Amino acid sequence: MSASITNSTTRYGWGTILLHWLIALIFIGQFALGLIMVRLTSQRTAFELIQLHKSFGFLLLGLIILRIAWRLGNAAPALPRSVGTLERRAAPLAHLALYAFQIALPLSGWALVSVSTLEIPSMPFSLFVMPNLPLAESDAAESFWAAAHWYLAYAGIALVVLHVAAALRHHFRLRDNVLTRMITPSSGGE
Amino acid sequence: MFARILGFAAVAACIATPVFAAVALGDAAGSYSISPASSSIRFSIGKVGGGGLNGAFARFKGSIRIDNSDVARSQVNFTIFPESVGTGQGRIDAFLRSDAVFDAANSPEIQFRSTSVTRTSDTTALVTGRLTARGKSFPEKFTAELGGLKAGTIKFHVIGKVLRSRYGMDVGTPLYSNIVDFDMTLTGRRG
Repeated sequence: MSASITNSTTRYGWGTILLHWLIALIFIGQFALGLIMVRLTSQRTAFELIQLHKSFGFLLLGLIILRIAWRLGNAAPALPRSVGTLERRAAPLAHLALYAFQIALPLSGWALVSVSTLEIPSMPFSLFVMPNLPLAESDAAESFWAAAHWYLAYAGIALVVLHVAAALRHHFRLRDNVLTRMITPSSGGE
Repeated sequence: MFARILGFAAVAACIATPVFAAVALGDAAGSYSISPASSSIRFSIGKVGGGGLNGAFARFKGSIRIDNSDVARSQVNFTIFPESVGTGQGRIDAFLRSDAVFDAANSPEIQFRSTSVTRTSDTTALVTGRLTARGKSFPEKFTAELGGLKAGTIKFHVIGKVLRSRYGMDVGTPLYSNIVDFDMTLTGRRG
């Protein structure tokens, strides 16, 4: 089987696989970084880690936009025939929710830095100045977006745990190729 | 009524003109102590994308000694207490006081001791000296302009640029400029 960049009706191509794992790594890394950066005693390290968190957040937003465009322009391989009706209906909803969180999380973070009365500029990886979203700055708006970002992060990571559990169930219990086809294109097909 | 105002203005101009014309560093000889109540030490740090971080130190002390025979032997010393930093945003003040920037708990004083004063015009001078902050000392230059001299009070407008990275305060670059623009009004009272 040739290692195609694009998907087919039976397997994922390298484009989807690469985007999936890159985003997975950044998404989980961002959750860990977010937990750590607000618990540090060193204000200097905290400041630097928050800027790093912002940089990866903007990268994540760019990657997820690319990923959604890629998904819309590509065929999605079908689920194995053995997958039951309930899961056949639930899986697309879970995936849609995952996409929604991947968009909402960086956006809520961007809104948070935009309304913050600290007025700290955003400069992803020190490369360029990212403008703020056109939102009014205030302490109340900052508290709101900080809470929204926090709740979205926990709900998003809970969804990731569910997603991982489902993939592991497919691999170890159902023994199908649902997990392996997201690791290598040669695992495609029935 | 207009005549009275004009007359008053003319008298005021006659009084004021000789005073300001006579304001020259040589005439200001003497020792002065900086009066915090009528002085200010403000700073500004540029920010990417425009704007900047502006703040001031509420507590400082210092002295100015102007040598009568040789202005070059004049001296300016001041001490800033970084604990008193204020930007109008409490969280930023706490950050500046912390070990991320001033480490005010362990380095409670920022000191400037002049090493030379070079007159650049009738009312201006270049003040060179050593600035010490967080245990690090570097030569720095400030431009002082005599703003007024009256009844034992001398007023200087002092400006200068300091690179904060030298003093272990480079946090936030390049979001925030490495250059700190100082703008001080130092009022000294003779004695």
